[in-house]
Amino acid sequence: MKAWLPALLRLAVLVLLVVFITSPNWFEPLLKPLTENGAPAIYNQGSLLTLTLQHLRIVLIATVAATIVAVALAILVTRPAGAEFLPLSRSLVNIGQTFPPVAVLALAVPAVGFGEKPTLIALFLYGLLPIFENALTALTTLPGNVMEAARGAGMTGWQRLMKVELPLSAPVILGGIRLSVVISLATATIGSTVAAKTLGEVIIAGLISSNLAFVLQGGLIVAALAVLIYDGLSAIERFAARRMGQGAE
Amino acid sequence: MTLRFDKLGVVIAAIVAYAAFLAPFATFRANRIVPGQARPILEALPPTLGMLLLAIVIAGGIVALLKTPLTLRLAASVIALTALAILVGTAGGFLTPAGNTFARVAPASGFWLLIFAFTLLLADVLTRLNLSPSARVGALVVAVLAIAALLISGSWDSLSILKEYASRADSFWAEGSKHITLALGSLAAAVMVGLPLGILCHRVEPLRAGVLNVLNIIQTVPSIALFGLLIAPLGWVAVHVPGAAAIGIRGIGTAPAFVALFLYSLLPVVANTVVGLAGVPRAANDAARGMGMTDRQRLFDVEFPLAFPVILTGIRIVLVQNIGLATIAALIGGGGFGVFVFQGVGQTAMDLVLLGALPTVALAFTAAIILDAVIEMTASKRRVETA
Repeated sequence: MKAWLPALLRLAVLVLLVVFITSPNWFEPLLKPLTENGAPAIYNQGSLLTLTLQHLRIVLIATVAATIVAVALAILVTRPAGAEFLPLSRSLVNIGQTFPPVAVLALAVPAVGFGEKPTLIALFLYGLLPIFENALTALTTLPGNVMEAARGAGMTGWQRLMKVELPLSAPVILGGIRLSVVISLATATIGSTVAAKTLGEVIIAGLISSNLAFVLQGGLIVAALAVLIYDGLSAIERFAARRMGQGAE
Repeated sequence: MTLRFDKLGVVIAAIVAYAAFLAPFATFRANRIVPGQARPILEALPPTLGMLLLAIVIAGGIVALLKTPLTLRLAASVIALTALAILVGTAGGFLTPAGNTFARVAPASGFWLLIFAFTLLLADVLTRLNLSPSARVGALVVAVLAIAALLISGSWDSLSILKEYASRADSFWAEGSKHITLALGSLAAAVMVGLPLGILCHRVEPLRAGVLNVLNIIQTVPSIALFGLLIAPLGWVAVHVPGAAAIGIRGIGTAPAFVALFLYSLLPVVANTVVGLAGVPRAANDAARGMGMTDRQRLFDVEFPLAFPVILTGIRIVLVQNIGLATIAALIGGGGFGVFVFQGVGQTAMDLVLLGALPTVALAFTAAIILDAVIEMTASKRRVETA
């Protein structure tokens, strides 16, 4: 009965977000009280829509690349030929996660210069870890009887991978992608400190000129984006898990 | 006798060969921001030492490449890492012209790749040795002491990162203690609030989904955005609540950073408390009830000790995450090692970035190893007790 309430709330947030990004000037009276000395209430050094799209584009490119590489690596170390790398890859993921994203971002600068590139590299490297970790967990904890059955049915290694292992691992791998996207959205925001064109620019501009209206609108857009995308990906994940559950029946 | 290759060793040997012969070992710059000139190993060190280092890394690469006993691999990686650590300092002194205080010598890609390759070898050996938790902490202590000895002995003083440190030693320790206070303080606050909240969520089922959902949403909000969103309400509190400003609550600075880290920390603590308590075997609870234990006794004597390793795992996640996130606090004037990272980015002075980034990574890494060891010890102790 109350099931429609969260859905309605999400829809409202989404509509508000789209309206705000496309015509931010409608909201000027709301944000005006937060500014001082007649400072502009709406970010005026670039369009919010372009920044949002660029922000999403960086996250998308990095996530797609990280997914391909991470899943390929996880498949590699779970095959007999790559089994030697399995324990080490586990420790490397553990070590990698102790690196703060900011450090990765800042250290990529000397290698590739300022702009979008260091952000993409940091997003890619940092995005690898959760996807790899989840793919590894999924591929190493597949139910033994199912694998046995696939082998008994005379499937080749490739067929088992494509028709049994990957579909069964899909929900857990998707969970890793969701974590990775959330981290990437946050890291992309910090990316504006190394001159990448992302929504972080709005927040940082606000912090520098102590314009609370900028800080608030940047913060709200990034927060709403992250929550909505996280929600959407969770829904896809539940859908995949349900399909797998039905497929097994 | 046939030679057998180690698969990981092939990767390591390839990196070593590239780093030793093709990549620069050190960069020399006339001052701190001009582009540098690359120097390979043999030009960065006096001839004998250069040859010695080359011999050590090549021997290490060969040990890695072939199927060799673990003890030999361990020795090779430790010797190579030690030689690299000591000789990079020598390179600093060798390349800096006498009496020149502007010139900067920094380790270059070849050095970092060699460090990476031999750390990989060491990590592989340590993973395969399957060390006990206390042995892992012991290895960590040895590594920390060795690095401290190198720092105190002054053999790295001619490297650019330590020159950056020398010119801001006071603020380094001040920001460092701020960083640790932020990370540990917010963790302590989160544990004090999160544990009771987790126990409450475990006992009162209707609360559970709601509380976890709200915490999940907070966790999703990117850190700068959360810092930014907290500036307005905290600024309001500072102006309108008497005494708030006096205890340091302000819109900008440490307060929003602390509150944001605290909020981020809540989810892992609460969620792991709930999971840990839910995982307590029904039989243990039934037995405790049968013995006539009160709810309170059951919580402290049965449920809590059994759930402890899971709760500790949550605390480990929080601590490592907080140490990393505290770097971002610098953007809103909250201090911490992030100050050097962002100053360095602003001045395109990478040594300054490293001065902020390396201690952060070292702190997070140390915290992760120690807590992992503690978790394993409590978990195995629990197994022994229940067995």
